[in-house]
Amino acid sequence: MTGWLDALIQGVLLGGLYALFAAGLSLMFGVMRLVNLAHGDLIVLAAFAILFIASKLGLDPFVAVLVAIPILFVIGFALQHVLLNRALGRDLLPPLLVTFGLSIIIQNGLLQVFSADSQRLRSGAIETSSIQLGGGIAVGVVPLLTLLSAIAVIVLLNLIFYRTPIGRAFRATSDDLEVAQLMGVDIRRIFAVAMGLAFVVITIAALYLGLRANFDPTIGPARLLYAFEAVIIGGLGSFWGTLAGGIVLGLAQTIGARIDPEWQILAGHLAFLVVLVLRPRGLFPRAQD
Amino acid sequence: MPLLQTRGLTAFYGDFKALYGIDTTLEKGETIAIIGANGAGKSTFLKAIAGLIHGAADSVLLDGSPIGARPAADIVKLGIALVPEGRRLFPSLNVEENLLIGGYGRKAPGPWTLDRVYAMFPILKERRVSATPTLSGGQQQMAAIGRALMSNPRILLCDEISLGLAPIIIADIYAALPQIKAEGTSVVLVEQDIVQAMKVADRVYCFQEGRLSLTGRPRDLTREQIHRAYFGS
Repeated sequence: MTGWLDALIQGVLLGGLYALFAAGLSLMFGVMRLVNLAHGDLIVLAAFAILFIASKLGLDPFVAVLVAIPILFVIGFALQHVLLNRALGRDLLPPLLVTFGLSIIIQNGLLQVFSADSQRLRSGAIETSSIQLGGGIAVGVVPLLTLLSAIAVIVLLNLIFYRTPIGRAFRATSDDLEVAQLMGVDIRRIFAVAMGLAFVVITIAALYLGLRANFDPTIGPARLLYAFEAVIIGGLGSFWGTLAGGIVLGLAQTIGARIDPEWQILAGHLAFLVVLVLRPRGLFPRAQD
Repeated sequence: MPLLQTRGLTAFYGDFKALYGIDTTLEKGETIAIIGANGAGKSTFLKAIAGLIHGAADSVLLDGSPIGARPAADIVKLGIALVPEGRRLFPSLNVEENLLIGGYGRKAPGPWTLDRVYAMFPILKERRVSATPTLSGGQQQMAAIGRALMSNPRILLCDEISLGLAPIIIADIYAALPQIKAEGTSVVLVEQDIVQAMKVADRVYCFQEGRLSLTGRPRDLTREQIHRAYFGS
């Protein structure tokens, strides 16, 4: 019994990581209808950025991430302004091709610079410390921080989207590109800001990716798959849905692993397929699309 | 110098030529009406002024300065706001958010505030947190006009604001026009409802297949002239 309860708790905590992977993707799709095939590689890129800053400046990863965030915001803003804005349009294919190409470029660029060696973000005792909940169940501090960060990110994104003028502009742009321009919204700039914001989320996701497991330049595409599944399970365009989607995926994986360790990944994909069959628009779809 | 002027305004949709050298003027405080049958190029004319489609830079002049090549987001900052055909409110935004975003790009001081729009259209205040798809057609049109006014425009472009509305609702909507004009705002109305347009306009331009077919003051024009300009002969 304790084992199952433990699996549920660990599943929810793992879901926090997947929600962080997915939140940036959800934001990009929500504002600019961009399906970003390089998303997983961008998370890995950000993890290497944190690693680089942490080792060069001798900082703890939790401090290094604060240095990395503004840098990654600027990179995201520039990437959207210089490259992706040119690819977006009526046709869905160019952005898919461009982000697919970007994925290959990032993987190979990282291989060149950082080699294929497995890396890890080191933060001392916190990595292995845990909190005893009693009854033989313990939760790791880092997994708990991951989930709390995911919730904080979702709350902040919701505040930005529903309580600020730029959030209104994000939603208006998503609704009707042409009329948003009539309101004085500079589409290219608003997209670039949205991408910068998505990169901030990506950087936070990268911190926990690197703290919880080894990473190397090739693991991006698998993270992309989890992020996609979390977004689709939750329903496109809802941040809380994305959090729920991440948790469903995390739960399915840990429950699957509990039955048989080999079933972990498969169980996640099966849960995704079941949701697709039962609720094709996800658990929390937007009212109108 | 006229407030707004088009000189030889020509517009294309791809290879299709929608406007053939349109010359118009709008003086400060004036209301002009653009009338004509479906497909005459009326909406295209407004879109060209609003920066949604582009002709030559000097084919649209604001205070004598060329603005024909400026993007839509710049045009609203210069003080020209469009109430688009079919209202096109943002469905993800509630009524108040739709009004607020009207002032997103142009933060000009002026008479139009949330309170002032609510005073003109009290029903919008009652429905301020409603989702816009739940509004009636007339309420949606009020919200669309209010949204455009929130930028405190010097020129208000209205595209078919009576389309699809019951006559009694149209009268309500048109009752707002004198208040808007009283604030010194100049108005360009595109209308299929000729009677309504003639009542409020200082001057009328009639379009026919992308060309200007008739210009004049409503009281100087005869039914026959308008009929010919509207339908051709």
